[in-house]
Amino acid sequence: MTENDIQLDHKGRLKHFLTTEGLSRQLLTDILDTAASFAEVGGRAVKKVPLLRGKTVINLFFEPSTRTRTTFELAAKRLSADVLNLNISTSSTSKGESLQDTLHTLEAMHCDMFIVRHASSGAAHFIAGQVAPGISVINGGDGRNAHPTQALLDMYTIRQHKHDFPPLRIAIVGDVAHSRVARSQIHALKTLGVQDLRIVGPKTLIPADIEALGVRVFHELEAGIEGADVITMLRLQRERMRSALLPSEHEYYACYGLTEKKLKSARKDVIVMHPGPINRGVEIDTHVADGPRSVILQQVTHGIAIRMAVMAMVMGAGPESG
Amino acid sequence: MRARHEPTVNVEVLIDRLADQLQVWLRSKQISEPAIIGIHTGGIWIAERLRDKLRIAAPLGHLNIAFYRDDFSQIGMHPHVTPSKLPFEVEGRHIILVDDVLYTGRTIRAAMNEIFDFGRPASICLAVLIDRSGRELPIQAQAVGKTLKLKPEEHVKLSGPEPLALEITAGA
Repeated sequence: MTENDIQLDHKGRLKHFLTTEGLSRQLLTDILDTAASFAEVGGRAVKKVPLLRGKTVINLFFEPSTRTRTTFELAAKRLSADVLNLNISTSSTSKGESLQDTLHTLEAMHCDMFIVRHASSGAAHFIAGQVAPGISVINGGDGRNAHPTQALLDMYTIRQHKHDFPPLRIAIVGDVAHSRVARSQIHALKTLGVQDLRIVGPKTLIPADIEALGVRVFHELEAGIEGADVITMLRLQRERMRSALLPSEHEYYACYGLTEKKLKSARKDVIVMHPGPINRGVEIDTHVADGPRSVILQQVTHGIAIRMAVMAMVMGAGPESG
Repeated sequence: MRARHEPTVNVEVLIDRLADQLQVWLRSKQISEPAIIGIHTGGIWIAERLRDKLRIAAPLGHLNIAFYRDDFSQIGMHPHVTPSKLPFEVEGRHIILVDDVLYTGRTIRAAMNEIFDFGRPASICLAVLIDRSGRELPIQAQAVGKTLKLKPEEHVKLSGPEPLALEITAGA
């Protein structure tokens, strides 16, 4: 069984959500459409629907996170599920319990879904392969590998503003090497039919074989974003850098920081995205981050609808699917 | 499976009948500014016509109970759920809830739950084109176009929106 098969049940429905890689265009579109239906719930007097009433969702976070964890929590609560937040880094593993033992302990509490964030690539896949048949696993970011709900909320944001994917010119800028977001975005954008997909950044932060994914590489920012409909900026992930890949943040900003001036080479109606948290003055200028073309806060709002959609879909796959 | 159109039933006549009953209902309760909500999809078609006939000022409410179904864990998530839209203040409002067919009562229960998530209405009354046998919950309509006695394996379906027609199919 490959890592992609494990995501789907025997009827081809989403059972776990681990990566955007290998998912069909139809399925990605279904997730976006489902999220669009859920978006309206956030505007109600009672921001809740009873879809997952009685289900228990466990946020299993082995790596710190604010945005992803809180939006998953809010999404689960808007679906009326019960939510448990576990920060494992501060818990049992420090007492020597193995991951498998932790999982079995949590399963014994009759939970229905794990949201997993882990510093190691492949952690969510591993857990999905271990859990009991009735339990679904959603990847909330694993190492450098994938962050599929983030990628999907980015797709949702792009669709809100640009409607159709194939004709778009999209630039992903910055620390691609350490970015699970970029990887998930590339797979999703290619599947949705984007032809002109560009990766922009210094050689040291771009994986050597990235062109095999069907992207063009640029090492100069203004050339890379020229005529772009969408620019997505990545956070410089200093905490994952083990060697001196960059001279200094100051120099990085001078070359790759997105400023109003550099933005002029993109299309007038370009949207600027960022998965957050933002390093102002490192990868993006404050005026751009807060400016009229920034959709960064919309991304956060859309994240709730996307996470509601994915949770509802994996739980709706039914108990008999394994 | 054989389908038969119900030749004796003219849907427009039934809608007129509903409008008359609702008129009487509203007058007896002294309700002057009701809002009207149709349940996706057949209920919306009927509610649209009733709104015109009753000259209701508030825009039409659309309700899609997909997120409130009690059989979600068996049937799963349908990706194309037209969002519910209640473009008026529900709080304190007298509401006319409209559906095409009243059968088990589960749809109406789900619809009432959803309405309450938008606010606390002053009252809800139910108008249905067809009231068929097979109730599983204590729910009854205040306005009924036509009562049909059907066997469990028989289904009645409204097709539309133009023209509206009733179709009764006997199960295999």
